[in-house]
Amino acid sequence: MKPLRLRRLSAQVALVPTWIIVIFAYIGTILWTIRISFTSSGILPKYDFVGFKQYDRLFQSSRWTISVENLAIFGLIFVIGCLVLGFLMAVFLDQRIKGEGIFRTIFLYPYAMSFIVTGLVWAWILNPTLGIQQAVQNWGWNGFTFDWLSRGDRAIYLVGFAGMWQSAGLVMAILLAGLRGVDEDIWKAARVDGIPPWRVYLSIVIPMLSSMFVTAVVLLAIAVVKVYDIVVAMTGGGPGISTEVPAKFVIDYLFNRQNIALATAAASVMFVAVLVVLGPWLYNQYFRQDRRAS
Amino acid sequence: MQAHKGRHALGIAASLALGLAAAQAQAAEKAEVIHWWTSGGEHAAVKEFEKAFDAQGGKWVDAAVAGGGGDSARADGINRIIGGNPPAAMQFNTGKQFDELVSNGLLRNLDPLAKEYGWKDKINPVLLNAVSQDGHMYAVPVDIHSNIWLWYSPELLKKAGVEPPKTWDDLFTDLDALKKQGVIPLAQAGSAWTQALTFFNVMIGEGGKDLYMKVLKDRDVAAVKSPEFLKVAQTFGKLRDYVDSGMQGRQWNQATALVINDKAGFNFMGDWAKGEMELQNKVPGKDVGCIPALGHNTYWVGGDVFVFPKLNDKAEIKAQDLLAKVLLEPKVQLAFNEKKGAVPVLKDVPSQDMDQCAQQGLALLKKGDYVPSSDILISPDMSGSITDLVASFFTDKSQTPENFVNRFAQIIGG
Repeated sequence: MKPLRLRRLSAQVALVPTWIIVIFAYIGTILWTIRISFTSSGILPKYDFVGFKQYDRLFQSSRWTISVENLAIFGLIFVIGCLVLGFLMAVFLDQRIKGEGIFRTIFLYPYAMSFIVTGLVWAWILNPTLGIQQAVQNWGWNGFTFDWLSRGDRAIYLVGFAGMWQSAGLVMAILLAGLRGVDEDIWKAARVDGIPPWRVYLSIVIPMLSSMFVTAVVLLAIAVVKVYDIVVAMTGGGPGISTEVPAKFVIDYLFNRQNIALATAAASVMFVAVLVVLGPWLYNQYFRQDRRAS
Repeated sequence: MQAHKGRHALGIAASLALGLAAAQAQAAEKAEVIHWWTSGGEHAAVKEFEKAFDAQGGKWVDAAVAGGGGDSARADGINRIIGGNPPAAMQFNTGKQFDELVSNGLLRNLDPLAKEYGWKDKINPVLLNAVSQDGHMYAVPVDIHSNIWLWYSPELLKKAGVEPPKTWDDLFTDLDALKKQGVIPLAQAGSAWTQALTFFNVMIGEGGKDLYMKVLKDRDVAAVKSPEFLKVAQTFGKLRDYVDSGMQGRQWNQATALVINDKAGFNFMGDWAKGEMELQNKVPGKDVGCIPALGHNTYWVGGDVFVFPKLNDKAEIKAQDLLAKVLLEPKVQLAFNEKKGAVPVLKDVPSQDMDQCAQQGLALLKKGDYVPSSDILISPDMSGSITDLVASFFTDKSQTPENFVNRFAQIIGG
């Protein structure tokens, strides 16, 4: 017994620095952020107490409402788009086609670019006076218009599309690895039974890959919550405030508008929302499975 | 958020590089200066400061942070001041942006320098007031900018057979004529702050000085609900019909360049637009027409200042002293402001060499036809809320002026 306990002790000692970092750098800053959101701080933190005043203002602000709606729209397009597109690309590559390496590189290539570069590239391509619209008009279709980027009610869809273009390759890489792990015998058996391939994918392969999908969804969901750079590069939040997102709200109030109380209130709301939505689900997906396995 | 992290990493790399540079040039009085003058004309202007400072034994270390409205530069600088790694000097807009830094004792009191060089008698009183708190001076103003100019292309107006406007009704006649010619009637940039600038042009030009002061200074909700303010909102809303679809994604200097190159008829922009004209060898007032606040001709007293964070290192403090002195030397003021398209902050700088637009501005200043800039009157927080509202109204034609007025009243009243 003793050596085991000793071993445990040394393991605990080795973990002390990690615990210090977790307690001070993560939990401490989270608590501090929440504390500041109940104050009237401006540029600098002040430690008074004003109750839920900042939260009141936050939920009355149309910019915050728009930001949250945009996050939902962006999130749906981005996650579903990436999963569908990534899966189709993975299936395509899984047909053992010639030149698979080339296609794999092409599909994965956008993921090597940052959101900033992605945003800039698509901002130029979709700019009505520089990009696709102008090009098609120059070819002779004068009536052609594609000005979604300058339309407040449409621009956020394009941001979602650009994000999807960037990240679908990641999903492809994850799912391709999963597809390669599917037993050949399953395919042989299905062929013998005369089941069409799409049916095999839908009813057998996809359920088998469910843990891969979960990994992909978690990675994509994290990208959604923190989305900031692609919006800054692609639209700057515009036209007007129609493509604002919560993270940009926080940064703007934190640094430019000198109201860190409102910024931390927004950050706290984001934090709680993530906790409420993702927490139980992650617990369910990971921890329970782990316990069952052990 | 990732972008932000990147910026920090860059900042660390930059400070390391600066550290090395400092070790090599111990003799010169090194001063790191944060500013956001990065467009062509602005860059040429800030070079004048750099040249003058270096000529007198300083060593200007440029820490420019791009972004027309200066949001990122201010965020960067404030972060460094609060984080205990302040630059020697940092740019702000004249006004309330650095109030809180002063009240927390993070900035140097410049009274001794002001006394030594007699600044309090030489600087324009509106500006002196704006950079002082409780009678102490905390920033050095370097230029007077008016945000509320309307620039136009005389050539395009001639082609369309119309005269430069005197009233807002004239302007809409001109805009219609330009539209028929197939050119962009109104060149507008996509950034929200340029749309807010256009709005203040309408508010002061159409609504008048008194309405502006009542709304922004006295926070008078009744003034916002008045018919005059509704007229402002309607006029501003009408401008939405004259911009092109390329507006989104266009920077302020690109919008101004459209007017300079006779591709668009009109552009609302501050007088820093003249810097862009000079770059292309065009004469303001001749090749490009200028109107200060169409309607009620008014000048807007705003501009830029430098603050000097409190430092410990004696050599660095000496560099700050030298820099502050250089910034306000008449010769340097004139050279800088000529390139910047602004007006010197000193009263005794000779003005006869300045362009026609600057002359118009100085005449308005002398007559007393001016208003303090919005940055002087309202906090960055309120100013941000107004910018959000204005930009969402301007880019969405389904929003009515009445709705705009109500939401504006909420901001002013709250």
